[in-house]
Parts: sequence; structure tokens; C-alpha cells
Amino acid sequence: MTGAVRGAVLFGALIATPLVGLQHWALNLLVFVLMFAVMSSAWNLIGGFAGYPSLGHAAFFGMGAYTLGLLCKYQHVTTGYEPFLWLPVVGLVAALIGWPIAAIAMRTRKDVFAIVTITLLFVVQTLAFNLRGITGGAQGLALPIPPFPAATYEEPFYYVLVGLLAVAMLLTVGVMRSKVGLALAAVRADEDKARGIGVRTTGVKVLAFSVSVGLTAMVGGVWAYYESFIYPQFAVDPLITIAIVLMTFLGGRATLWGPVLGALVLEAGQQYLAYRLGGSQFYLIAYALVFLLIMLLLPRGIVPTVADRLRRRRARSTRVAPAVEGRTA
Amino acid sequence: MHALIQGVILGVLTGGVYALMASGQTLIFGIMKVVNLAQGALVILAAYLAYQLFTSFGIDPFLSIPVTTVVMFALGVVVQLLFLRPLRPADRAELSLLVTFAVALLLEGVMSVTWSTTRRSINTGYANGSWTVFGYQVTVVRFWAFVLSLAALGLLYLLLDRTRFGRAVRATVQNPDSARLLGVEAERVSAFGFGLGAATAAAAGSVYGLLYPFNSGSHYDLISRLLSIVVLGGLGSVGGAVVAALIVSTSSAIVAATVSPAWSEMTFFVILIAVLLVRPQGLFGKVGRGAI
Repeated sequence: MTGAVRGAVLFGALIATPLVGLQHWALNLLVFVLMFAVMSSAWNLIGGFAGYPSLGHAAFFGMGAYTLGLLCKYQHVTTGYEPFLWLPVVGLVAALIGWPIAAIAMRTRKDVFAIVTITLLFVVQTLAFNLRGITGGAQGLALPIPPFPAATYEEPFYYVLVGLLAVAMLLTVGVMRSKVGLALAAVRADEDKARGIGVRTTGVKVLAFSVSVGLTAMVGGVWAYYESFIYPQFAVDPLITIAIVLMTFLGGRATLWGPVLGALVLEAGQQYLAYRLGGSQFYLIAYALVFLLIMLLLPRGIVPTVADRLRRRRARSTRVAPAVEGRTA
Repeated sequence: MHALIQGVILGVLTGGVYALMASGQTLIFGIMKVVNLAQGALVILAAYLAYQLFTSFGIDPFLSIPVTTVVMFALGVVVQLLFLRPLRPADRAELSLLVTFAVALLLEGVMSVTWSTTRRSINTGYANGSWTVFGYQVTVVRFWAFVLSLAALGLLYLLLDRTRFGRAVRATVQNPDSARLLGVEAERVSAFGFGLGAATAAAAGSVYGLLYPFNSGSHYDLISRLLSIVVLGGLGSVGGAVVAALIVSTSSAIVAATVSPAWSEMTFFVILIAVLLVRPQGLFGKVGRGAI
């Protein structure tokens, strides 16, 4: 099955799924799976392909949520679909904020980049609490209530997210097939050497980061409208960063399907855990343990590990076949 | 002016405690090139241990430090052996960030379950006492916290400067490959180093519990401050971390006193960005070492 066919099957299935009449809880779960699939794919651009582990993506998720909230507040939204039309603006704002931060944070080494991004996460959370005049602080910020009929309430969000996933995956394919992807791989393998032979390392890194956080912010916007009321502690949550990173690692970094697969497995598992453990603190322990196990037992992720197995098996069978032919000839 | 000087006094005294926490973190980085995102959680865990020893047995937090230090040292060694050593060297630097983040979450979860998320504070008899020196307030707890931090840093200095273990650590920091060739056992130094980092967190944690109310989520407040401090001081430089802690703590106390406490949280980040713009290797960091 070629890549194009696989993609067509995925998106055909995604578009058809709501038509079979799912329960609300199932569609709600799928909305969250899609959110994390888009964000993991976006994180993969910088964390996977370039090997720069950003720990601050939750900050941009939150920025997206607040940006859409504020746009709705001041733009006098008229129809239910209008907030979706503002999403590109939300993405652009986050990308423009991310650009200088990346340019500064990526000047030295990966550790420092991770430090700056995680610090940014907590600073943005503090700002969301403290800038009461803009964000409403701990009181939260209200968005317009989506005027969609209760029976199909989730569907508009679902289809917007399917669209965003298509964008994220097409971008990933674009990266994998283009010189940008090659440059990012060179950055990941040995940045000094890459720069030495003339790869524009800074340019591609900052570009990948900006696109990545732009997409993440757009998901934040969709989330904010879906929830229609946002609070600092949920909009800028370290657990969102952790979830994104974990999903990409579980599925496989620098692969097209890894982040999507990781999001499907983990978000479903997470909702199950939250349901069983009732959102108590045991949930945090379980999550951290799953994280540690994946890091230690499956550091490369599902997709690369399985692909390796298949390749080895195929190699073995092709090696055997000519040998047999040779003997009979 | 009065508020400003009061802010400086407060900043310097608090800076001593941060110096202690950050010295452990930067030591761990120096030895293993691991950015320990769990350092804040270790500090809070130590604060809980001191809290528990105080409320259950009435042991003063200053006196329980030897106990908590030993416990936390052991915990640090366990974390290193269980979670960090198995990582493949090829991507250890990248994975260790995520692993220590996961350890921080694990500790947060365990602390929430054990002590709930209610804010706790250690109320000793002298908790609210203060002296007035030339019209400036100096709280008793903060003064002794500062003295204790200096003493602990002094011990750490002696350990690194005068002992065989310290020599092995310094050799590993300077050049891991040569150190190994000269017979330094890297794994053992790493385990002891992580234990030592956790032990400084223990000493600092007891004091932190005396100074501020805390709950399991408090490690988030700590971690961004500590990270800004170690980057400013130069990753891996213990002396740099001490100086940086004083700078960062004093300037944020000044901002809190003159502008508003709400913005003092931002001071850390502004300093971090400024450092990266002007001097990316930090005040005392070396260029190129362990660079990507």
C-alpha cells in the first residue's frame, strides 16, 4: 500500500466516521484524539525531525486559546463558524511570537533550548494568571457559546480538526521529501558539521519551530471554542506538553504515522485511566510510570521498531529465495 | 529607597537557599550532562519529609537535615540507577530531559497522594520572629536559612576540593573521556553525583519548608527559577550557580519591592533571555564543552 493510498484510507475513514452516528462520548474522545494527533505531528517537526525537544508547546497551545478568545471578544463574532475562520490568524500570531524565542533559544545547545521552552511554559502560565485585565486571570475567559444543535454538537470541531490533521500530515510529508527535511536531519545528526558544509541550520530550525507552534496554537484555539470557557491552569498545562511529547515518542519520532498512532493509543488510554481513577492523583502517577516505561523499553517508538522487524523479515525471505533459485539452476 | 534596600536584604538571604538548590542541579549537569528537571520536586519532597518529622516527632527542621539528606541521597542514587543509567548514550542527553520530567511528575503524584494538595507550612516557635537592624526587618528563619545554606555550600566545596571523590567528579566534569582513561569509574561517579545533587535539594528543602507554604505543585515554581539560575551561572559551574542565584534572587526581590510581586516571576525569564543574547555560555560557563 503506498503512502497516498494509506492517507486516503485514513482521511476517508475519518470523514465517514461521524456519519455512522456515534455516541457523544465517542465523538468527544475522537475530538481529543485529533487535537493531540495534530499537536504531536506539529511537535514532531521540531522535536522529531530536528531533534530539538521543545517542552514549551503547552505555552503556545494556551496562547492560541487566549488569542482566539480575545479575537472573539473584540471582533463581535456573528456566526457559529466565524471563530474557525480566525484560526489562521491565531496560528500566525503564535508563529510570530515563537520566531524570536526560537532564534534566541537555539543559539547554543539543545539543553538550553529545552530549558528556555520549559521556562517559557511557566512564564506564560503566570502571565495568564496575572494579566487580569486581558485574560481575566483565575476567573477565566468566556468565548461565545457555539450555536450548534446538540445532536451534532461535536461535528464542526471534529471536521476542522480533521482539516488541521491533513495540513499537519501534508507538512510532514513535505518535510520528509524536501531539502528542508534533509537539512533538519543534518541538524539532528551533527549540527556543527551540517553548518560546516553550508546547511542553513538556524533558518530551518527556526522555521520548523514557528510552523510547529503555529499549528499547536490553532489546536489551542479550537479547544478554547470547544470548551467555551478557559482557565489559565487548563489552557497552559505542563501535562499537555508531556502528552504531546509522549505520544510522539510512543509512535516514533521523525515518522509520519508515529504521532498519529501515539495520539490514538495514549489519548484513548488516558481517558480510560481518568475514568477508572476518577481524575485523582493516582492518575498522575500512572501517567508518569507509563512515560518512564516507554522511555526505557521503547525509546525509538512503535513505528520504527515495527518497520525494522518487517524489513528484517523481508530481507530474510528475499535472501532465501535467490539462494534456492541458485541451487536449482 | 527603604523598600529597595529591604528588597536587597531579602533577595540576598533567599538567594543563599536558591544557591544551594541550584548547586546540586548544576553539579548533576556537570557530571552527566543531564538537565535534572526533577530537582524542584526533590526539594519539595525534602520539605515534606522535614514537615513530617516536625509534626510527628517534633524534630526541628534544621536538626532533621542530616536525616533527610541521607534519605534523599539514597533516592538520588536510585533514580540514577533505575532511570538514567539504562538510557543509550547516543540519545541520553535528549531522553534524560524527558525522563527527569517524568520523575518530577511521579514525585508530584506520590506527594499529592501522601500529603494531599493542601498547602502545608512548618510552624516552628521562631517562625514569625524577626530582628530589626537599622530599621530593616530580618526574619530569624531567613537569617538562619542563609547561614545554613552557606555552611552546606562550604561542605560541598570541601567535598569537591579535598576528597578523592571530589577529584574524580572534577575530572569527569572537565573531561569525561580522559577521566575514564585515568581510571575514574564513570557510573559510580554519576550515581554519587546524582545522590549529591539530591542531597543538596534535601538541605535546601528543609529550609524552603520553613520559609514558604508549599504543596505538591510547588515544584513548578521552583524549576523555572532554578533553570534560569544554572543557565546564568553557566551550566556545570557550581561557583557560577551561587553567584547567579544571588543575582537572580536579588533582582526579583527588587522588582517585587518596587514594581509588583506579580512581575517578579517574570524577572527570571527576562534574565534568562538577556543572558542568552549577550553571553550564551553563562557567566562562568565554558564555550563549546558538550556543545551540540
